[in-house]
Formats: sequence, C-alpha cells, structure tokens
Amino acid sequence: MPACPYIILYERAETNRPTGSQLPETEMDMLYTSYGFIAFLAALFTAYYVVPRRVQKPVLLLFSLFFYASYGVLQIVYITFTALTTYISARLISARKEANTAYIEAHKKELSRDEKKARREAVKKKTYLIMSLCLIANFGILAFLKYANFTIHNINSIVSLFGGRGEITFLSLTLPIGISFYIFMSMGYVIDVYRGKYQADKNFFHIALFIAYFPQLLLGPFSRYDDVKDTLFVPTKFSGRAFAFGIERIIWGFFKKLVVADRVLIPLKVLIASPDKYPGTYVFAAMILYAARIYADFTGGIDITMGISEALGIRLKENFIRPYFSKSVAEYWRRWHITLGDWFREYVFYPMSIWGPLTRLTKKTRPVFGAGFARRFPVYVSTVSVWFVTGIWHGASWNFIAWGMANCIVILISSELTPLYDKFHKKTHLINKRPYHAFMMLRTFFLMGMIRMFDCYVGVGTTIRALVSMFTEGNWGVLVDGSMLKLGLSAADYIIVAAAALLMFAVSVAGIKKSVRERLAAHPVAAFATFASLALVTAVFGVYGIGYDSSQFIYTQY
Amino acid sequence: MDTIIDILTELHPDVNFDMCDTLIDDGILDSFDIVSIIARINEEFDVQITADRITPENFNSAEAIWALVSELLDE
Repeated sequence: MPACPYIILYERAETNRPTGSQLPETEMDMLYTSYGFIAFLAALFTAYYVVPRRVQKPVLLLFSLFFYASYGVLQIVYITFTALTTYISARLISARKEANTAYIEAHKKELSRDEKKARREAVKKKTYLIMSLCLIANFGILAFLKYANFTIHNINSIVSLFGGRGEITFLSLTLPIGISFYIFMSMGYVIDVYRGKYQADKNFFHIALFIAYFPQLLLGPFSRYDDVKDTLFVPTKFSGRAFAFGIERIIWGFFKKLVVADRVLIPLKVLIASPDKYPGTYVFAAMILYAARIYADFTGGIDITMGISEALGIRLKENFIRPYFSKSVAEYWRRWHITLGDWFREYVFYPMSIWGPLTRLTKKTRPVFGAGFARRFPVYVSTVSVWFVTGIWHGASWNFIAWGMANCIVILISSELTPLYDKFHKKTHLINKRPYHAFMMLRTFFLMGMIRMFDCYVGVGTTIRALVSMFTEGNWGVLVDGSMLKLGLSAADYIIVAAAALLMFAVSVAGIKKSVRERLAAHPVAAFATFASLALVTAVFGVYGIGYDSSQFIYTQY
Repeated sequence: MDTIIDILTELHPDVNFDMCDTLIDDGILDSFDIVSIIARINEEFDVQITADRITPENFNSAEAIWALVSELLDE
C-alpha cells in the first residue's frame, strides 16, 4: 500500500482513475476534464430543457445514475443502499415523532406534564436507535472501504516491529466515487430529521436525487437538504441569464483547472518525488506551486460544479470565499471548503462539546483544575477530535492525520494567544493599517502552505525534514539560476502561470464588491467576448492532450 | 432572564448584555463561551440545549438565549 497520499493521487492521475478505486477502465469514464464529460453535459442540458418540465428532474436523476454507472455498476448498488437506508430511517423517525405529537395533542388535557415528558423521552430513545443504526450501517461501509487497508498496513507494521513474520494480506476494495460526500450529506439529513429540524421527505425520488445529484459528488460542496430542496426538486424554467452565468462559471473553472492547476503539477511532481535532491528553496517553490495547484484545482472544480448547477437552475451553497485573503488559520477554515467545516461543526464539534459525559467530567474536575481549565477542556477535546476526523476523512494515511493535527495545534495556539494579540493591537493600532492586514494574510498563506505540505511528501518524517530544510539550506539561488527550468516547465509556462494567477487574484479582489459576471451582465457583448476569449485561452494554453493526460481533481479522491 | 445575564457577565464582565444583540455576529462570544454557557444553562434550568439549537440567532443576545430557554422549559 503506498504510504503517501500524493503518490496515490498522481499514480491515479496517470490513468485518469478515480482515486481509491480499482475499477476496470472503460471508455465511459467521465471526469470533468474529459471530452466525454463535455458531451455528457451537452446531452444533459439539451434533454433537461427539451423534455416537459414535469420530467426534468427524473431526467436529471437518470443522467446522474448514468454518470455513476460509467464508473461501474457496483457504484449504483452502494448509492442505492445509502438512498434506501436514508429514506426509510428518516420516514420511520418522522412517523414516530408525528404519531407521538398527535397523541399528546389529542390527549393534552388527560396527560400530566411528566407523562408528556415520559412519552417524548420514549420516542426519543426509539428514534435515536433508528438513527444510530442508519449511521452505523453507512459510516461502517465507508470506514471499512476507506480504512481497512490502512488498518491492515498499521497492524503489519506493528507486528514486524516486534519481529513477527505473519502479514495480513491487503483487501481488494473498491471505494465508490463520491461516497465520502454522499454518505456525509445523507447522514446529515437523517440527523436533522431526528433533531426535528424538518420532517422526512415522503418522496423517495427526492432523496435519491438529493444523494445522487452528480456534480456535487466529485468535489462537494456538502449540500444540506434544506438548502437545496427549493431548487433541486421543483421544475426549472429556462432562464437565458442563469444559463449564461452557469456556462461562464464553467469556463472559468476549466481555465483554472487546465491552465494553472495541471500546469504547475508538472514541476511539483518532480520536486516531490525526490525530496533529497530538491531540498531548501525547492521546498519553498513546491509550497508555492502546491498552493496554486490546490486553489486552482479545487476552486476550479467547484466553479464547474456550481456552473452546471446554475445552468440547471439549482442553487448550491458556495464552498469558498477568497480563502487566501484570510488573516488567520481559523478564518481560512471559515473560507475554504466551507460546507465541510459547517458539517463537522454542526454534527461533530458542538454535539461533542456539550456531550453529557464530557460535561460531567468537566464539572467534576473544575474544583481541581480551575475555571480556565473547565472552560477549555470540552472545546479542546472536541477540536482535537474534529481535526483528527477531518484529517482522516481526507485520506487514510498518517500524513493526513499529521496535517489535521497541525491545523488543530495552530488554531488552539492562536486561540490562546488572542488576548495577547488584542493587547498588542490596542497598543499599536496596527489592526487598522492596511499593510498590517497584508502581513497577516501573507503569514496565514505561508503557515497554511507549510501545513499543506503534509499532503505531498512520502511520510510525515520526510515532510518535516523538507520543511526544516527551507530554513537551513540557504540555496535561494536556484530561483534565478535556471534550475526551476529543469523541472518540466519552460519560462513561457511560468509566465502563463503568473499571468493566470494575477488574473485569479484580480477577479477575487473585484468580486469583493460584485462578481465579475454580474459586472459584465449589463453588457452582453462584452460578457460574450470576455468568456469566449477565456475559453479560447483555455483551449490554447490548457495542459491537456497527447502527453499531457489531464489529472483528476484532488478532492475527487476523498 | 437575570440568571442568563449573570452567566454571560461572568464570562465577559465588560460587555453590556442588556443592550447587545450581536454577540455572535461581532465575535463577542466564541465557541469556548457557547459551550460554557450551555453547560451552565443546562445546570441552572434543568433543560437540555441540544447541538441543533446552537445557531447564531439563538445566541446573538441575552434575550434570544432567554427565549430559547423559555421554549425548552415549556416543552
């Protein structure tokens, strides 16, 4: 089993396979950056707006299932299991709650307050059991498929450490595409129904579409049922403006992906593959390249997802708000992969922070360790847990666990230092100065860049050595002596990347007040000319075609 | 309501909780505070504030927190 997620990622990239899967290759595979996918999209848009509106959404579900089937029929089995267990559990939970509410309402005069409470408690226990069974079944499947081989790898390592010879054979497992996304989304729905946020949807087709809607399952966002129900389940009237907006965003996504993300991947692969050959400033260069790569790749992919949805008249929640403009790591995580953070906060962090046993333990230890400890203890335990789970969600490897813990440590230290920062800012008034804001943004950018390197190198030790070498090697000359031109990119390529990065930066800045698309909307000819040019630039300068196999999106692997 | 104000004032003595209705929006209460407040409320009022009730709207002011507690007491 390869230990490094980066290697997994790019080994897969070589063959355009969904990461984690060992599916047989078929010509039907549809990644966003394949011609097959473009044809699929054209067929979907045509069918969606040509058929009578009442069958629009069934058509969308059929296309989504076809999308999954293109990765193998087994994909449909997994997603159907999740859809069925989600639908049945939610309905059972809702039915019990409704029946109880109706009974209490009908007998409110005869029932005492305690009797009503007892009935509610009894129903709560039953519905909790139903929810738990659904969660265990689905998360169990995910955990087994995703972590069985990681567990075997660790058991084998421990056994060999103590001189054991026996080795457990790795399992041949197929991780269905998008499973980490759709299981989290559907379990969020079941938890919400259990909590009484809304009632279970009685229409199985709605649940199937919510779970299977294909654009969000490659990279996210993690949609919430109540966020999408108003546009996902109702017929869409064609709107030229919405459709044009969607296509514009798709083009912007392809630009980021093909011109920037896949271009910087070329030197990045070389630098990461030989950490001993490329230490010091090369690590710094890799850090910058990877920052460009992951931003362009992930936000580009989400742009395509959002663009497809806009063109179909479906509203999804935004997943990014200018993350590289963040002034702290905590703020970065409120701007990067927002829907993932929301999910973990709502379904892991807060429930765990106020979890009965933890609260009782805090109360018991308060007299011994004091109020400061009591205030911190539940939040620290929950923060560590959330970052551990976030890390391992990203990949079954120690690299990702180290990555999660590094984020956690920085956030907790920052939180502890907040009073000190506040005093400093009060005294110096720097907080009102723009250059200081720029400094804070750069500080966060480099800090996150360093943490992110745990995604890249083979092993945690190698990553730490590489990061340390950045400060000890002192080989800054490699940036100007032509060494960077020996990594697979020419000077012209670097100029293209720099120009594209500048454009992304300008679009981000302009978007603070109003998005570029909205600014151009009043001038249809200028909008058409701009996006037609962007499409042309992508076609000319995009990294694809013979010898350039476009790689998959990074987040597809999760 | 007075108990709520007392709990909040213990955490941030410098804030006027009678007036402020942007406790979350302005970052006056952080996650540490929210968790402490919930633990104290559960203890003082013998109610159970569950995770789904932790929304900015329910914690933006002392009045909103009191409304949440009142709702739970009525259940």
